[in-house]
Amino acid sequence: MPHLDAAYNLARWLAGNDHDAQDVAQEATLRAFKFFGSFRGGNARAWLLSIVRNTFYTWLRKNRPAEKIVSIDDEMLEIEDSSANAQPVHPSFADAGAVRRAIAELPVEFREIVILREMEGFSYKEIAELAGVPIGTVMSRLARARKLLQKRLAAEFTPEAQK
Amino acid sequence: MNCQQAKPLIDAYADGELEASAILELEQHLHGCPACAAALRNVQNLKQALKQDAFYFTAPAELERRIRAQLPASVNAVPQRSGWISNWNWLTTAMSGAFAVCLALLVGVTLSRSSPEQALTREVVSSHIRSLIPGHTLDVVSTDQHTVKPWFNGKVDFSPPVKNLAAQEFPLVGGRLDYLNGRNVAALVFQRHKHVINLFVWPASVKAFGPSASAPLRGFNVIHWSDGQMNFWAVSDLNQSELMEFVRDFAAGKTVGP
Repeated sequence: MPHLDAAYNLARWLAGNDHDAQDVAQEATLRAFKFFGSFRGGNARAWLLSIVRNTFYTWLRKNRPAEKIVSIDDEMLEIEDSSANAQPVHPSFADAGAVRRAIAELPVEFREIVILREMEGFSYKEIAELAGVPIGTVMSRLARARKLLQKRLAAEFTPEAQK
Repeated sequence: MNCQQAKPLIDAYADGELEASAILELEQHLHGCPACAAALRNVQNLKQALKQDAFYFTAPAELERRIRAQLPASVNAVPQRSGWISNWNWLTTAMSGAFAVCLALLVGVTLSRSSPEQALTREVVSSHIRSLIPGHTLDVVSTDQHTVKPWFNGKVDFSPPVKNLAAQEFPLVGGRLDYLNGRNVAALVFQRHKHVINLFVWPASVKAFGPSASAPLRGFNVIHWSDGQMNFWAVSDLNQSELMEFVRDFAAGKTVGP
């Protein structure tokens, strides 16, 4: 099945476990199959992932209404600008487990942007269309997500930051 | 370019999403600024750390079986008989075909990007909508232009012209720091009756031009112009003729002295 890995990967990162991810990916794929008539051409993978995303958020509201979704208020908070004195994040330091935990701990609406950008390689414009948000929002969420990841990873691996 | 201007561009630069003109300016800045260069290295390192196959979850075989079991029987019919015309295979073919087309399109994607003006209109409307969230409209609440103008000192690297148009029934209600077009901008907030008008101001890099109305977006009207020194983008849910009236009044109004 085309793009099933991409559908599952996104669902798995959003839902956080295999069982729920399979439910979401299955429902989304069946929905994609059913509504293929509404596919207007373009990137089929992006189209399928936008369905995965919608399916996930519907599922989230129903099954985990308490999960915190980033509100615009949160997004507008100034990001603590520590880039000047931040410890560099070296990939060699960052063992896979720590990076995985750091991604998993991101608020879900930041996490999805990171997955779509770094794992699926979509452009800002494609992500904006896929997620139905302005490009400016994609950029600010991505920048904020990276700052959070840097902070997390620096805290894990830099002794000075563990005080 | 200073650090304040460079910082917001670093992520887009690392992602290869920055326009050519901005790349040159940013690279010049990075060359002479160790702090911004370090911030860029951090983003690049992080990107590299995230690009590991180990983070990509591949679909379990069980998932495909579960999905196939849910599809209508005709779709799962014996392949030899229904062959490529079966719905599922048709979908597969169509989707891979579409994907191939998409790959081809990706090459030319820069050609199909919307114009900078359309993109900026969307940004302006988004900022306007965000500003309408209670508590987010104003950073400085004052109907006094002599309070609002100095408030921007040190917050933006320019001095926005502030005018009170109370006499024209567009009273100034305050100001806010906002972010547009990759930079900090001044947002002046006016009101007519219950309608909020955001006027975004930042230094112009183009010659003066008269008011130009964008196509209404999500029910908001947007008009922008430049006086050669500053860019002005006005946005409101007012109808276009009233917003144009505001624009004319603002352009004709007296500025607070420096």
